Amino acid sequence: MKLHEYQSKQLFAQEGIPIPRGRVAMTAAEARSIAEELGGRAVVKSQVLVGGRGKAGGIRLVDSAEAAEDAATQVLGIQIKGLPVRKLLIDEAVGIQAEIYLGITNDRQARSPVVIASAEGGVEIEEVARREPGKIVRIPIDPLLGLREYQARYLAAAIELPREHWRDFIRIASGLYRVFHRVDATLAEINPLVVTKDQRLLALDGKMVIDDNALFRHPDIADMRDLDEEAPAEREARKYGLSYVRLDGTIGCMVNGAGLAMATMDVIELCGGRPANFLDVGGGAGSEKVAAALQLILAEPAVRAVLLNIFGGITRCDEVARGVLAAMEEVRPTVPFVARLVGTNEEEGRRLLAEADLITASSLMDAARKAVAAAQGPAPSLGASSVEGSVPA
Amino acid sequence: MSILVDKQTRLVVQGITGREGEFHARAMLEYGTRLVAGVTPGKGGEWVLDGKVPVFDTMAQAVEATGANCSVSFVPARFAADAIMEAADAGVPLIVCISEGTPVQDMMQVRRYLDQRKARLVGPNCPGLLSPGEAKVGIIPGHISVPGDVGVVSRSGTLTYEVLYALKLQGRGVSTCVGIGGDPVSGTSFIDVLQMFEEDPHTEEVVLIGEIGGTEEERAAQFVADRMTKPVVGFIAGRSAPPGKRMGHAGAIVEGGSGLALDKIKALQAARVRVAEHPEQIPELLGSRKAIPRRRRRAAKRA
Repeated sequence: MKLHEYQSKQLFAQEGIPIPRGRVAMTAAEARSIAEELGGRAVVKSQVLVGGRGKAGGIRLVDSAEAAEDAATQVLGIQIKGLPVRKLLIDEAVGIQAEIYLGITNDRQARSPVVIASAEGGVEIEEVARREPGKIVRIPIDPLLGLREYQARYLAAAIELPREHWRDFIRIASGLYRVFHRVDATLAEINPLVVTKDQRLLALDGKMVIDDNALFRHPDIADMRDLDEEAPAEREARKYGLSYVRLDGTIGCMVNGAGLAMATMDVIELCGGRPANFLDVGGGAGSEKVAAALQLILAEPAVRAVLLNIFGGITRCDEVARGVLAAMEEVRPTVPFVARLVGTNEEEGRRLLAEADLITASSLMDAARKAVAAAQGPAPSLGASSVEGSVPA
Repeated sequence: MSILVDKQTRLVVQGITGREGEFHARAMLEYGTRLVAGVTPGKGGEWVLDGKVPVFDTMAQAVEATGANCSVSFVPARFAADAIMEAADAGVPLIVCISEGTPVQDMMQVRRYLDQRKARLVGPNCPGLLSPGEAKVGIIPGHISVPGDVGVVSRSGTLTYEVLYALKLQGRGVSTCVGIGGDPVSGTSFIDVLQMFEEDPHTEEVVLIGEIGGTEEERAAQFVADRMTKPVVGFIAGRSAPPGKRMGHAGAIVEGGSGLALDKIKALQAARVRVAEHPEQIPELLGSRKAIPRRRRRAAKRA
């Protein structure tokens, strides 16, 4: 789960990391009054959960409350990478002497968090990594010990930060690790961390991503989720514990297991079709979940056919079949269905589906071919089909 | 014959009285696995699975009473890290964690904890292990595979079943199938398992099933090129997945230009791994090359 800049910076501030004075505005009038409080000179920053806000015109420097109101009016009207701007952060404008990058993320290979710093702040760190990899310093953090003070000092020295700022820098790096650890973040980033003209260190921008799997122990963080920023279908999917990603094809997919769901999408493309979605109904998917999944898929108008591919392990084929039947009762789909069920309790699942009007397939390739054909051609005649794909006992 | 689990495996199921735990414990028992105990805190003293399996409150008690040397955990994700540490603390050398959705920071701590002990973790978020005809530890359906000489290692769950089933339909059996799991931080890597298959005299060929995200497959490819004499066939899921979108598994996301399916396929092909276009093509690619004679194998091992 991504957090907004203002949310990230609030969490930073709780750990003693200095942030600019400022508040969130929902309207241009609020933006004006906040800018007034800040003394006129301010930065109007759109709060959307994508990068590249500056380039898209979503960040404006203003030198009066009136200008803040004008800028806010404009920015509240734009979309950034398809996301409408609904909130603004109005921060005090500060004089900048230097911009640093400081971030903590998880290093999969080292199986530990890693703290990353660079004297080249203010631009995307991936960009710096490509252009000048030598300008990036990385130090692994022992997950049982946390970030040690000497490690933060080493970073300060490595990015050639003037010594008078080391103490503040170490305090900020330690605070950043504390918040990273405390809220189960997978990314906590200050970019830029600036040295101001009056020689202070300040976290000008902030970004955090939280491990979805850990949200159960952080109800306060879970409440920060911005529901406006999610596609309604993805929000609905989360409610049922489904993993759903909308894509731009025409074949709706319902598969159990992420790997098999991806492989099913791949095989659809191999057969000349395009998947309309990634959808993993998960392990142990019961009928209610399957029904919700089917409704999600069918709510997408671009869907011309549905491919159901279930290989039962934890998931039981009979439960999936019941879910499919229940959902069909409710949704009354008009697009063709291709079903393939193999694995635990498959006989019962097949028996149940044999009573419904489904195109059936014996293998994954066969299922994909039939789904692609069904999505392209007129709806084939239904009815006289039985479910194949059995595993010999 | 097999790696990691066989007829000598004495298994304890953590979370045996839960819905999934009991369902799969029964399947493991029926498969012929030596299931010697279950653990559920608060349920010690009960007998489950028609009175065949004793339940203990703690792993230490279960190991003490039954000599268990392998555990498989079905506990809810929020307790998974604790269950793994408890098993390691009880001296269990092989711990399999099926649970899906464990926080990544928990798993990083678990890894550091296990480094200090002599315990191997497989998973989390994995289907477990199957040595056909010997033992089933986890949730891989037993009837979709038969004994044979193909070693299978995979980051996926149900996709692995797809491949096992396709192998069976083509008459190919499996020595051991190891599901290493789809999380960003896990206990056992592709390389660990490839090494075991390379050393296992009963495994002649290896199937590696990867997916987008991370660089595990690239490192596996390097290992195959440098150290493996046995032929390897691969499949990578997620060629159609767009970057920046997490495809279900916490580990399956293409970020910052790395982790793309195409890069993994190229790396594997450069290591002379035959990469299948779709899962059902895997059996066709096996056995299409002669295995390197044993003499050269030994020479390669010395190198």
